[in-house]
Amino acid sequence: MKQVGIPHGLFYYYYYPLWKTFFTDLGANVISSSTSNRLTLDQGIKLAVDETCLPIKIYFGHVQELCQQHLDYIFIPRLVSVEPKSYICPKFMGIPDMIRAAFDNLPLLIDITIDVSKSDRSLKRDIMRVGSLFTKDNSRIKQAYTHACQENRFCHLLAREGYTLAEAISLWEGQQVQNPASGDLNIGVLGHGYSLYDSYISLNLIERLRKMGCNVFLPESLDTGCIEQQAATVPKRVFWTLGRKMVGSALYMDKRPDIDGIIYLACFGCGPDSLIGEIIDNKVKNKSFMMLTIDEHSGEGGLVTRLEAFCDMLRRRRMRGEGNLPAYG
Amino acid sequence: MKVTFPHMGNAHIPIKTLLKGLQLEVIPPPPISKRTMELGVKYSPEFACLPLKVNMGNFIEAIEAGADTIVMAGGWGPCRFGYYAQVERDILENLNYDFRMVILEAPDSRLSELLKQVKSLGENVSLWEAWKAIRFAWYKLNAVETLEKQFEYYLPRAIDKDEIERIFDEGLENIDRTDRREEVNDYTNMCLKKMHEQPCHNQPILRIGLVGEIYTILEPATNYDVARYMGRLNAEVTRSIYMSEWVNDHLLGGWIKKSRHAEIINCASPYLNYWVGGHGRETVGYTVDFARKQYDGVVQIGPLTCMPEIVAQSVLEKVSKREKIPCMTMYFDEHSGQTGIYTRLEAFIDMLQRKSYLQSSVSQEKPIIAGI
Repeated sequence: MKQVGIPHGLFYYYYYPLWKTFFTDLGANVISSSTSNRLTLDQGIKLAVDETCLPIKIYFGHVQELCQQHLDYIFIPRLVSVEPKSYICPKFMGIPDMIRAAFDNLPLLIDITIDVSKSDRSLKRDIMRVGSLFTKDNSRIKQAYTHACQENRFCHLLAREGYTLAEAISLWEGQQVQNPASGDLNIGVLGHGYSLYDSYISLNLIERLRKMGCNVFLPESLDTGCIEQQAATVPKRVFWTLGRKMVGSALYMDKRPDIDGIIYLACFGCGPDSLIGEIIDNKVKNKSFMMLTIDEHSGEGGLVTRLEAFCDMLRRRRMRGEGNLPAYG
Repeated sequence: MKVTFPHMGNAHIPIKTLLKGLQLEVIPPPPISKRTMELGVKYSPEFACLPLKVNMGNFIEAIEAGADTIVMAGGWGPCRFGYYAQVERDILENLNYDFRMVILEAPDSRLSELLKQVKSLGENVSLWEAWKAIRFAWYKLNAVETLEKQFEYYLPRAIDKDEIERIFDEGLENIDRTDRREEVNDYTNMCLKKMHEQPCHNQPILRIGLVGEIYTILEPATNYDVARYMGRLNAEVTRSIYMSEWVNDHLLGGWIKKSRHAEIINCASPYLNYWVGGHGRETVGYTVDFARKQYDGVVQIGPLTCMPEIVAQSVLEKVSKREKIPCMTMYFDEHSGQTGIYTRLEAFIDMLQRKSYLQSSVSQEKPIIAGI
């Protein structure tokens, strides 16, 4: 049985069920690296160029972890574009080359190019080519891909219920996930999935908020139609897939009366976020908005203080709205 | 309508000519100064890359000088530049400036679309006049670049570097001022002749390739003029990007000049096998090309957090090892201390000089004396 490694980073949270089902159906054994931890980061920092953003460094750490196991293949897709006329980020377009340049001990790389910006014809061809590494049976590859897409859709349906993508993946794999207790504040939390749902990168942001008595609203739990509709209100179409989703979600949350505040988690050095953050900050008029920027700095204290202050402020404002507080208090 | 545009090195000379040819009143932004940077940094998003901040400074100063229309380029990603104009317009509107912004979209399009957009700017001119304006701007651009290339050649060789710089700056100024084709020719030739007449030394000259992001390469104010500084250290600098080549490759589909673009892209393989936006792949391709042309070293420059350049930098180490060419990467932001940058450049050039000295002594089979 062939062993395929999938690094536990970047678009893992969006597509892991798809990738895993596809390879498993073709008779391969899928091994993913462990969740991000101190060691992942340390190795990533050593291998990656200083100027890259934190999620890329973490990704390098995951690849390093997989390199130490006996694998036949390691799956590092080149994600150019997952929807028409949009891109992810230049770093995603170069990641297989960056990995090749940094590692000497790599197993064989499956670096399928995923680019549907113009058409999905080349993607279909590439899927067949990847499949042919495992089986000669074309119809089996097609079946595996269809099945994989179904599984992925199922996972995203779970996310619509209010689970984070990380939790949805755990549920999908048959693990138990605790239902979050409901709180008194409704907070929209935005950010790229690979930093938001990786509890090591985000310093456990979502869990912390829930513990502080907040109901967390994520972009995945919102109606995609509404997100797109709101995103279309900016003068120029945002050409980053995640960026557009964030702008749309923020504007949608801004209009929803049940949301109290919005938090945006960005990584230091993220190109798209440097502009998207500005646009959101500019357009969100009705809600409190806080931008959190993180890097490999691991002091949680500052983050906790800011979150507490944000929640306190929202609660105070609500009390004032109810007239329980003197105007000068 | 008083039109302005962002600075990018000497590009203001042809752009001004083009807009004037469209019978528009042009107010170029004042040269980039400390104040430009301060204004830009003050009003731009903190983590935006440096070109956006410089653009902002340019626009604010130009509006203060009386401009009311801004001409800016757009694009469709994945590099951040494509969204610059939108963010800049929002910020300027929030600052309550009164202006109109004309965004020339789709820089990857064909000439016909560009013509249409240029024509829509100049409402009072005929298509023939617009065409003439474009041709004259192109002519000036080429004259400017002839001077730039000769300047890059003579600066490291000349004994009196100040004089060469003065001649070059004077030449540019003359070209900028004139409105007649013949005079452009005369001034170019005069400047070339003067540079040629300058006495030269016969010390060894290093050859260094300058690769990286287009704006940082073309605009000396954003890179502390590293090209001139290296020239003054007797290193001949060849850039990977010249404005005319960019226009030729990206706007004109390569039909005016013979283009090396495809060849450079081939050079980038197998190190970087995909287009990564901006000039990432060109950076890698040119580094390989410089190595194969026996250059002594390569300096990569870009604005801090520039995404395509980070990808290029990640593979550059491997290129450097395999192709045997020393590479150094420098990122620039609004930090204004030149000394650190110049020290790094000096160290890099010292190292290269020493290396080439040792190599030449080995090849002539002279004993290497320690301590030299």
